[in-house]
Amino acid sequence: MLRGRRRMESTLDAQSLISISLRKIHSSRTQRGGIKLHKNLLVSYVLRNARQLYLSERYAELYRRQQQHYPDGAPLLAMPACPPPPAPPELPVLPLPADTQDREVRSCAAVRGGAELLEGPVCAAPPELQRAPCRDSSPGFYRAAGSAGPGGGGGGGSSAAPGLLYAAGCDFGTGGVPHCSSRTTVLDLDTHVVTTVENGYLHQDCCSQCPCCCQPVAGLASPPPAPGTKRKYYPGQEEEEEGVEEGEPGGGGVAGGPPFAPCTKRARFEEYSAEHPQDSSNISNLISIFGSGFTGLVSRQQADSEQPLNGQLCGKQALASLGAWTRAIVAF
Amino acid sequence: WGGAAGDSGGGNDIQWCFSQVKGAVDDDVAEADIISTVEFNHSGELLATGDKGGRVVIFQQEQENKTQSHSRGEYNVYSTFQSHEPEFDYLKSLEIEEKINKIRWLPQKNAAQFLLSTNDKTIKLWKISERDKRPEGYNLKEEDGRYRDPTTVTTLRVPVFRPMDLMVEASPRRIFANAHTYHINSISINSDYETYLSADDLRINLWHLEITDRSFNIVDIKPANMEELTEVITAAEFHPNSCNTFVYSSSKGTIRLCDMRASALCDRHSKLFEEPEDPSNRSFFSEIISSISDVKFSHSGRYMMTRDYLSVKIWDLNMENRPVETYQVHEYLRSKLCSLYENDCIFDKFECCWNGSDSIVMTGSYNNFFRMFDRNTKRDITLEASRENNKPRTVLKPRKVCASGKRKKDEISVDSLDFNKKILHTAWHPKENIIAVATTNNLYIFQDKMN
Repeated sequence: MLRGRRRMESTLDAQSLISISLRKIHSSRTQRGGIKLHKNLLVSYVLRNARQLYLSERYAELYRRQQQHYPDGAPLLAMPACPPPPAPPELPVLPLPADTQDREVRSCAAVRGGAELLEGPVCAAPPELQRAPCRDSSPGFYRAAGSAGPGGGGGGGSSAAPGLLYAAGCDFGTGGVPHCSSRTTVLDLDTHVVTTVENGYLHQDCCSQCPCCCQPVAGLASPPPAPGTKRKYYPGQEEEEEGVEEGEPGGGGVAGGPPFAPCTKRARFEEYSAEHPQDSSNISNLISIFGSGFTGLVSRQQADSEQPLNGQLCGKQALASLGAWTRAIVAF
Repeated sequence: WGGAAGDSGGGNDIQWCFSQVKGAVDDDVAEADIISTVEFNHSGELLATGDKGGRVVIFQQEQENKTQSHSRGEYNVYSTFQSHEPEFDYLKSLEIEEKINKIRWLPQKNAAQFLLSTNDKTIKLWKISERDKRPEGYNLKEEDGRYRDPTTVTTLRVPVFRPMDLMVEASPRRIFANAHTYHINSISINSDYETYLSADDLRINLWHLEITDRSFNIVDIKPANMEELTEVITAAEFHPNSCNTFVYSSSKGTIRLCDMRASALCDRHSKLFEEPEDPSNRSFFSEIISSISDVKFSHSGRYMMTRDYLSVKIWDLNMENRPVETYQVHEYLRSKLCSLYENDCIFDKFECCWNGSDSIVMTGSYNNFFRMFDRNTKRDITLEASRENNKPRTVLKPRKVCASGKRKKDEISVDSLDFNKKILHTAWHPKENIIAVATTNNLYIFQDKMN
């Protein structure tokens, strides 16, 4: 179906942008003169934008599947029960920036309306979409993601995404009661190892703001990954925060500190779907690394937030842990 | 085309002619030869370039030949010296590049010339002085330097200065180091000619030219948690007349004007210049192309110009909410942003400059093209810096890029543009219609055709 192909193309482009950006960040660590803060900051913006689109595409796919499975129109999201979903995807636990109060209100409505609308903008992607791995007419993609919802467009490009994020992050196995998935894939930029972890609870990404989701407490416990999955090696990040500030060699990819931290400790966006029709499934999973990162891209409120939210502790943990890619950037 | 400096403004168009080209002819460019900054001094007599290898080359304009009234003096090499060397920060295991990021001239106060040159971490004040006489007739030394046996000295004489071949010496007079954690992107000398500022990604420091062991931090945008970083400082400049005023631009496309009298730490701006983004232009790369790569005050001090990836904007200091003029440099690249992101060209930092009378602005582009915009006539022109036009007094032919559709004769299509040939650095003589345009490793000098 033509619409499906267009959607896949834009998802592919977002994916390829993400992988290109990751490569840039990685190679910047070995560049002469040290890591260029400015350039890496700009690359992180592209990553955020591509990720937003990618996630909104996944949500659209989810929605379509939902429609197929529940033709009687059971609500996809119990949105009215949920508080306004917060931030854009890269730090889901964060509320939106201070100047987007009305955006938050809109985004809830946007998601309700956007669920149907998302089909539209995606398919309204410019007809000149080509099959090139990385297209040049990027406005089409971003617009597709950003314009969903009545309040979308321009700076409100992220407004639809948060709600989408949450829906995408939750499985819809049983009639609208979402529960969190248990599969995470991460890439360690230091060891270049891509690992998939089963049964690692990472609820902060989807449960922290959404009480209708499952209990967050399990996220803290960091249960050991199920046997059979590869364990991840992360140099201790707490001490690296300081070390990174001072400038760890190579941007902080050096071993040190607690030798083993299960990857569940990191903020990861959950990859819920077990089906990966594309061959680039690994690449699509790389998005999960960017659970943490430049939180300021999203908001400054998190640090000040006094509200106890479900899964807040999970969120703080996510905040406290430096993603591998931010180590690459913050190398001073 | 355009109003010449010193012209009444409504006069003849400028016809630009090739004058000179400096640098190697080979297509194979040595990385150290890549020009990284170009700057005329205050009189325009000297033209300095810095390169990736840490060297500074200064050209001097020959005195005008009165008999050859159809051309101005040529620029010839005056001095060459190694300003910065590669360094290694052992604490951070970081190599510090020797590339010269900026050169700024001090106004001339005596016979010697002074300039500031900076790499990523260290700023140096260089004194360039001429020596055209040397003392001869020492009593204890032979002319070749050998010492005479004192017992052979029977008479005494007073050494005298005798002319010698001109020698230009460059010596570092001050080294301003260890004040920047991040990469220095700008230096700017205050109109008081005693202080200057240096800006890195997150901080701006104020120095006194005489004092190297201390600098004052006047802007600090580093967040408490680096994860909260959203923008960096991309350029900074002092106001040409008000010694208390400076501006700095950010990667988010904003410019902040600060008054140093308001407080010691100028974190709070006096004015914020920002144009709202056009939502219909939103793309993956919106943040990148809105990042400002250069900011320059007009000579008058009433306006400032900013350069982002696709455009040049002129701001009136009295109006913060939008620029008064916007010029598209190469709008045809907007549909190519993805490819430009892949090949890193989207991160190129183009500079811009004013002519002496603030009536024309100039900036570079790709394919060795550079663009000029006449603010009065609203006309613009695209010219090419190429050795193919290298007959002196040959008028440069305007170029045109064909964005889409049928390509006319003499037009060049967007897909044929060579993105490896970029003009990032240009400079305009402060008084004359002489421009210096740096391609990757060559420096072109163009002049207007005098009658």
